[in-house]
Amino acid sequence: MIMGCGRVGARVATRLSEDHDVVVIDWNPGSFDRLESDYSGDTVVGNGIDVDVLRDVDVGGADLFLALTDGDNRNLMAAQIARSLGARKVLARVYDATRSDIFGEMGLITFSPTVNGAKRLFALVTKDGEER
Amino acid sequence: MYIVVVGGGKVGYHLTRSLMAEEQEVLVIERYGPKADRITRDLGATVIVGDGAEVATLEQAGAERADVVAAVTGHDEDNLIIAQVAKRRFNVPRTVARINNPRNEFIFSELGIDATVSATQVILSIIQQEIPQHPFVHLLTLQEGGIEFVELQLVDDSPAVGRTINQVGLPEETSVPLFIRDGKPLVAQQDVTLEENDRIVAVTVPHQEAALRMRFLGTGS
Repeated sequence: MIMGCGRVGARVATRLSEDHDVVVIDWNPGSFDRLESDYSGDTVVGNGIDVDVLRDVDVGGADLFLALTDGDNRNLMAAQIARSLGARKVLARVYDATRSDIFGEMGLITFSPTVNGAKRLFALVTKDGEER
Repeated sequence: MYIVVVGGGKVGYHLTRSLMAEEQEVLVIERYGPKADRITRDLGATVIVGDGAEVATLEQAGAERADVVAAVTGHDEDNLIIAQVAKRRFNVPRTVARINNPRNEFIFSELGIDATVSATQVILSIIQQEIPQHPFVHLLTLQEGGIEFVELQLVDDSPAVGRTINQVGLPEETSVPLFIRDGKPLVAQQDVTLEENDRIVAVTVPHQEAALRMRFLGTGS
């Protein structure tokens, strides 16, 4: 289950739908245009930080919930709701590195594009090309 | 007391003004410059322009010595994360979060927020009390222990009518301190016989609510 059908969400959804049952949630139906033509999952229009919306899509039955909107707090809240409703594994994208660490310590899987992007960029521009 | 208010909208503004009138030490965190300027100008309050969900901003606000952090922006997701960061990173003893979508209330308390305030819920309760047929009304919730005050209105066919509180029997973790008859509050003795139109004020916990309704009103929902 993926919340947020931006560029990243749409790509991940399309790739995952090759081998898994995927549902993408976004409050803007126009965002589903970003899904590639071979996307085989479902789409749901709704607000992912509304408990009732996540219950309706049966987030508790999900093996994986990815919160990938462009709002750090929205992602962290949705991931925590999903976890409390029983999703087995939850991940939140968090741009702010400090907040990413704090909620990582609290048991969420967090992914910071800022930290990872900087690492990758650093590797590209230094001679050794090693990520550090 | 040192209180950090995050969000300088209408709620934050008036909250700050009221706290200052009580001579509390207050600091406001507001993201939008012109709003922050207005609070400084009108109230003379200390205001930091910044994002209250960021650790650096809370640090600058001295959150580690705050007795209370109140997150009262218009966005539930921001209020939740601000309160969680304040608690987790700065050990703030009491965190308060404003809730706009009342359906989010349970998740906030489950995620460790000490107290929540939902204007929608408060107004809904007041309206419910004005509707005479509404037999069950939430009056107040004390978030820490999940303790709630509820009111039950007895009608002619309620199973509790004509019986004493003792005979009705209370569920576990529930007590009835008073009831209201003819508009007057009366201390609820165990042997008083209940009548139609009595309003029972009970203190209970959420998971005993259905049992309480069933005993007094004959219906669990």
